[in-house]
Amino acid sequence: MAKITLSNLRHSYLPNPSSDDDYALKEIDLDWNDGGAYALLGPSGCGKSTLLNIISGLLVPSEGQILFDGANVTDLPPDQRNIAQVFQFPVIYDTMSVYDNLAFPLRNRGRDESVVNERVMAIAEMLELTEMLDQKAAGLSPDNKQKISMGRGLVREDVNVVMFDEPLTVIDPHLKWKLRSKLKELHQRVKATMIYVTHDQTEALTFADQVVVMQEGEVVQIGTPVELFDRPAHTFVGHFIGSPGMNVLTCEVTDGTAMFEGHAVTLEGPITGNAHAASTGRTEIGIRPEFVSIGKTGLPATVTKVSDVGRHVVVECHIGEHRINAITEGAAPAKGDAVHLEFAPDQTRLYIDGWVATEPTPALQATEKEG
Amino acid sequence: MKTENQKAWFFVLPVLLLVAFNALIPMMTVVNYSVQETFGDNVFFWQGLDWFEQILRSERFHASLGRQFMFTFLILIIEVPLGIAIALSMPRSGFWVPVCLVLMALPMLIPWNVVGAMWNIFALPDIGLLGYFLNHVLGIHYDMTQDPIAAWVTIITMDVWHWTSLVVLLSYAGLVSIPDAYYQAAKIDGASNWSVFRFIQLPKMKTVLTIAILLRFMDSFNIYTEPFVLTGGGPGNSTTLLSIDLVKIALGQFDLGPAAAMSLIYFAITLLVSWLFYTLMTKDDLN
Amino acid sequence: MQKRSIVPILYILFLMLPIYWLVAMSFKTTNEILSGFSLFPQTFTLDAYRTIFTDPTWYWGYINSILYVSINTVISVAVALPAAYAFSRYRFLGDKQLFFWLLTNRMAPAAVFALPFFQLYSAVGIFDTHLAVALAHCLFNIPLAVWILEGFMGGVPKELDETAYVDGYSFPRFFVTIFIPSIKAGVGVAAFFAFMFSWVELLLAKTLTAVAAKPIAATMTKTASSAGYELGLLAAAGTLTIIPGAIVIYFVRNYIAKGFAMGRV
Repeated sequence: MAKITLSNLRHSYLPNPSSDDDYALKEIDLDWNDGGAYALLGPSGCGKSTLLNIISGLLVPSEGQILFDGANVTDLPPDQRNIAQVFQFPVIYDTMSVYDNLAFPLRNRGRDESVVNERVMAIAEMLELTEMLDQKAAGLSPDNKQKISMGRGLVREDVNVVMFDEPLTVIDPHLKWKLRSKLKELHQRVKATMIYVTHDQTEALTFADQVVVMQEGEVVQIGTPVELFDRPAHTFVGHFIGSPGMNVLTCEVTDGTAMFEGHAVTLEGPITGNAHAASTGRTEIGIRPEFVSIGKTGLPATVTKVSDVGRHVVVECHIGEHRINAITEGAAPAKGDAVHLEFAPDQTRLYIDGWVATEPTPALQATEKEG
Repeated sequence: MKTENQKAWFFVLPVLLLVAFNALIPMMTVVNYSVQETFGDNVFFWQGLDWFEQILRSERFHASLGRQFMFTFLILIIEVPLGIAIALSMPRSGFWVPVCLVLMALPMLIPWNVVGAMWNIFALPDIGLLGYFLNHVLGIHYDMTQDPIAAWVTIITMDVWHWTSLVVLLSYAGLVSIPDAYYQAAKIDGASNWSVFRFIQLPKMKTVLTIAILLRFMDSFNIYTEPFVLTGGGPGNSTTLLSIDLVKIALGQFDLGPAAAMSLIYFAITLLVSWLFYTLMTKDDLN
Repeated sequence: MQKRSIVPILYILFLMLPIYWLVAMSFKTTNEILSGFSLFPQTFTLDAYRTIFTDPTWYWGYINSILYVSINTVISVAVALPAAYAFSRYRFLGDKQLFFWLLTNRMAPAAVFALPFFQLYSAVGIFDTHLAVALAHCLFNIPLAVWILEGFMGGVPKELDETAYVDGYSFPRFFVTIFIPSIKAGVGVAAFFAFMFSWVELLLAKTLTAVAAKPIAATMTKTASSAGYELGLLAAAGTLTIIPGAIVIYFVRNYIAKGFAMGRV
């Protein structure tokens, strides 16, 4: 078990990268603490699989270092890093029995057959594979095959990190949640560092203690699921997490005040950074639909769509060209109604060039420190 | 899954008619000959199973059959491992892959008598490239028209030249269908190169290898034109394989009865061995 | 990777050597060939090729071969398509037995069938026609085409058929305008193998023809025995038989590896 540090990591698949766009990963600095449950969340092509393959050693980064407990492992091959990886599609050795599959990584490392047996039995019991140990692995269902892949990762007691690369892709929907909770349970039992790569926010938010959100080769935010929801550091995070995502509204900033469609909007706190950035950059207001309320006062808007999603109602409104979603639990207005929208001030933030640029309200700061 | 539909027979009918026309009628002719004796002029006498008995007891048939099995066995143990090894050392993608595949497939597209003729002039002791090289550069005495061993080496080399590419193409097709994740997982699991071959590549190639071995068995067991053109079955009878012998009896001596009986025995052996191969190689799947 | 590529390179070199020798010999004079060993043609001559292209018995051999091979390829693929569809989509009485029986026909030694074929096709009255050889080659090419096509069709989801019916397509229209284009690669590969096995087969082609449809390969054997030992001419004729195959294989180069791999065992 180890703490994993990524320092100044950059990677390009091109032989001579020139501009930033040539890099699949742009400047990653990251610490993964020992025993943590992490999720690496981002859309397809954001570089998360590249990052995973760099940690496991299947790829050597163009620049930067990977440290396990301070030791540089950048150039070590995968089998010397003591890591495990579970792939999108279950990888099993068809001709071997389930038992031999699980024993394979230990036998390759020349472990004693008694140790092998003990570990395999323990892991099989944990994954509920005990009854299938004598069967050929080839004939099993996809979820059982994926369990074997996981088992091969967990069977070595000294793994530094177990990585999951979208492991539930081929699993039937009704078995997904079962396997997901199994994973969570496993993490609590074996206490190994786990990194779970996915583009599915539900999978990420239910599995991980810490979620790393990536976009276009960059880490945009690291935080607990609650933090990501409450205070997205980047409009991308706000948009990607949440259903529907955060409203992102183009605005202008004059004299420290955000102006949206001619109305002054109260923000959570004073604008940070220099005034220059605020005047030259792209400025946007971010507010989650959960904190937009429909009332008698506030910004005048027209309802364009009402969708009942079960627990609550999503009301889509337009102010001029801007679309704003609001979530309401009470009586919803009808399509075409003229309404007024109010933004909860402590949840209304200014983003400059995508990054949050307001100071949090003191109350929120306090709870953040406690957490 | 598949739906039950007896009308599907109509789709199969043209194939059935064409193949039956080509297979059943000649087969019946052969069966007919095999139980009769003729002295020409279309006069036939009932002979029963005598021909079969005679063939099965004949030294000549045993010798041809023995040579046939020897030939098939030798080319299989050379071509299959060699083909796999070449497929393994091919790059998995890139500009050169189609170029290699086209060049490798070339021998398979040459008419069989040309293959025989080509190897004949290639192996001529004094004016052929191979013959000249062996005799005059390496100083090994080599003349396949005189020396049975030289003749055998030549027909085996010719068949390896002609057909190893089939094994390469099939194995290669099996190899490129293995997803990268398997190799990555094996690396992480600390598997050796041998383990990767034994537990990933070989199992994934199993289907195509079964096809390759079956095809190579059938085609090498039925081989006629290439060795006939190359050596004519000689020197002596040393390279007279089963088909060559059969044609000698049927067309050379016009002994239709024994030739027909021999054909049927021959066909039965081919079927039986193919079936055995098939059952052995797919046995694991059934469990 | 670099070190490993020596194996395929050596292998290809081994494959090319006899071909080189054939081609080199075709440019040599008969005198040079018989007088001794020479690695390259000393007096480069096109005489052999000139003979082939001016003598009708020679060039008609090529035309005959190409004719019956083409007819065979078209027949094999055309009848194999619906049959392969039936095997890949439906269960019907005796389907497995039929499939196996078809495959057994590949195991029949051509030598076994030579004489009965001669009698059969003489009786039907098409002896010494292109059609006779084309039909005879169906014996081993149709089973192979069915086998390959069935494999490719298995890879096409059944939903495609169902969607087309829902959209109101009739079966023939669906089959020709939607289904066949979706297995283009398979049709190409099946046609390639049909072409290949028909092109290289000689025993049946020789047995079923006399003059009018005589294949090039038969012309070659006649020359070898009758006109003494004209090696240069023989080599030139042999070189020319490689060309059609090389052209065909170029078109399917990207699919060839898949050909058999898609078939089921």
